[in-house]
Amino acid sequence: MNPLAPYRRPEAVQQLVGQLQQAISRPWTLMEVCGGQTHALLRHGLDRLLPEGLELIHGPGCPVCVTPAATIDRALELAARPGVILCSYGDMLRVPGSDGRSLLDLRAAGACVRVVTSPLDALAIARDSPGQQVVFFAVGFETTAPATALLAHQAWCCGSSNLALLVGHVRIAPAMEALLASPHNRVQGFLAAGHVCAVMGSEELEPLSARFHVPVVVTGFEPVDLLEGLLRCVRQLERGEGRVENAYGRACRPEGNAAARALIARVFEPVDQLWRGLGVFPASGLRLRPPYAALDAARLPGQATEHRPGPDAAAACISGQVLQGLARPTACPAFGRTCTPERPLGAPMVSSEGACAAYWHHGDRAENSAAARPLVRAAEASSLSDKAEP
Amino acid sequence: MASASPGDSEAIERVQLGHGGGGSLSQQLIAELLVPAFGPGDGVLHDAATFKADPGPLAFSTDAYVVRPLIFPGGDIGRLAVIGTVNDLAMVGARPLALSLALILEEGLAMGTLRQVVASIRTAAAACGVPVLTGDTKVVERGKGDGLYITTSGVGSLGPGPAIGPPAVRPGDAILVSGDLGRHGVAILAARHELGFRTDLCSDLASLLPSVQALLGQGLEVHALRDLTRGGLASALFEIARDTGLLLQIEEEAVPIAPAVTSACELLGLDPLAMANEGRLVLFLPAAEAAQALAVLQGFQPEAAIIGAVADAGMPGDSESGAGNRLLPAIARGTVLLRNAYGVQRRLTLGQGEQLPRIC
Repeated sequence: MNPLAPYRRPEAVQQLVGQLQQAISRPWTLMEVCGGQTHALLRHGLDRLLPEGLELIHGPGCPVCVTPAATIDRALELAARPGVILCSYGDMLRVPGSDGRSLLDLRAAGACVRVVTSPLDALAIARDSPGQQVVFFAVGFETTAPATALLAHQAWCCGSSNLALLVGHVRIAPAMEALLASPHNRVQGFLAAGHVCAVMGSEELEPLSARFHVPVVVTGFEPVDLLEGLLRCVRQLERGEGRVENAYGRACRPEGNAAARALIARVFEPVDQLWRGLGVFPASGLRLRPPYAALDAARLPGQATEHRPGPDAAAACISGQVLQGLARPTACPAFGRTCTPERPLGAPMVSSEGACAAYWHHGDRAENSAAARPLVRAAEASSLSDKAEP
Repeated sequence: MASASPGDSEAIERVQLGHGGGGSLSQQLIAELLVPAFGPGDGVLHDAATFKADPGPLAFSTDAYVVRPLIFPGGDIGRLAVIGTVNDLAMVGARPLALSLALILEEGLAMGTLRQVVASIRTAAAACGVPVLTGDTKVVERGKGDGLYITTSGVGSLGPGPAIGPPAVRPGDAILVSGDLGRHGVAILAARHELGFRTDLCSDLASLLPSVQALLGQGLEVHALRDLTRGGLASALFEIARDTGLLLQIEEEAVPIAPAVTSACELLGLDPLAMANEGRLVLFLPAAEAAQALAVLQGFQPEAAIIGAVADAGMPGDSESGAGNRLLPAIARGTVLLRNAYGVQRRLTLGQGEQLPRIC
């Protein structure tokens, strides 16, 4: 039997939908933070089963989507160099850089770009390719950061001389905080990303929940998980509560995974980080700390410390608004017209966790109508912070 | 290049560029490997083969085979090249009469691998009852190929019945699949050792000729058949909906998928409906004959299933009340709708061809 079957049972889904309908007495706006949750909601059609007053908006929890164009441009520049083997996760390969080209385009043109599913594969490739420079393009939230940290630690310990890391890791809690602090904020409760919390623990979100008096429910990715998270969030809101609850007990403990947290802390240090389309969030990024900083791809010959992106081909992409929950993907004039998975303007259409891709693959594309207008005018909401993307 | 590894002894016999140069090495390859395997059917090696065939309409198909690794759990590129073309012929109801075989070899390919593949081609062709009548061999420089590419073409004879193909699909037809889906795609991914998981799954690679002939032998009114290769069921349904302008409604829960395939796809963020198969078909025929067709198919694969039906073009996806109707106010022609266990329908979209594993 599929081990996930208990979390997909139609009877349980029906029961939870009924409970949600009973629990809700007025409209609420909730954000599922993680792109994986967005895809699960749309793939299973749960969004269509929810009570009318319950609005779901899609958060910035897609690591591919929030990686700045400058970082992707840097990866493209490295991949184009002779003698470089650039390794990354599959999702990153389709994302266009400033000039519209992706790593897949470069590979087709002769660059050596490889898909890996584990960062440690990059170390094996480096061992097997002594005459070449291997670069691991590391992206993701705290979910993938421990594996990158392990790679850095092992590479450092074995004295690898031909492996470098282009680090684009981000932390989700500072981004959630910035969303709540924004004057445009519409979020009244969060479904927190279960896999991030499995690493960092639910405790990490308690200060944020307390400060803004907002319900945060740690939630998994199956239909029953998601509906349970929504139900708990709505019940808190109806009661006027705002605290952290863990609805993903089978994977997440309050303190998280101590070993993984220690590894992150050992290898990385927080740094202010630019999120694509959203601006700079304090302490929301991770960079290699000494001695692992010696592995930083920025130290490779010819790498500028400040990389300036070229003209942004994705200027028409409203991903910043989508990732703040200020516009639905289908409200974008480019959605399904000049922006499709085959020819994406921005990462949310191409990433497997992107909100636009979720609507494209699982949603009703006919939604692109007046009913799906932007929730806040574009001019009001270009960025969450003062420091917008250059 | 599956057979070439740094540890190989220099003594291993390998394909050289000269094997494709037309000289003595070429002659040797043909005389010592290919002729014993396939023979000249008429006793003469010539520019073209001649053969006797039943009179009547013919079917003709060609396909190129590129797979890495060359030998995978449940098959190899040679068996794939024979069965793939035999299956293509079977999808219009044809019995194969003759195959051609083009081998594109990469310099350095171990001769032992080539012999194994050639033996596999011979065995598969014999099992399908079709001779390999003509062929060609080329050798490309090392680094210009993946060890071995194969192209097969096949000619088949058609029976006297009405044409089988998408134009014959009608509203009210039942939609069946001949077995569980996605085994080939997952087996190949695992065999490449790139995805960090192991599985005992074998490819579903198999000839569909016996099941098609059994369906036709029972006098069933088969409207259309499509073998589910790259792109899987999703791609086949999408193409048939697009080509016919009809609305295909699929019950997602009815689509048979092995738990190991489901688990692998969940882990990697891949869609089992879009995973490749090499021994499965989708069948369209009148709903009144669905149960009989299912019994025939289950004689070959117990997992065969009725997965949906063809609706009138342009009609809403769900005539019943309930969740389904809130969702899709206007259904375009040529659409595939998947209805899940919660009664929600969503439109099937086509993937981009290459499924890439997700980040987390």
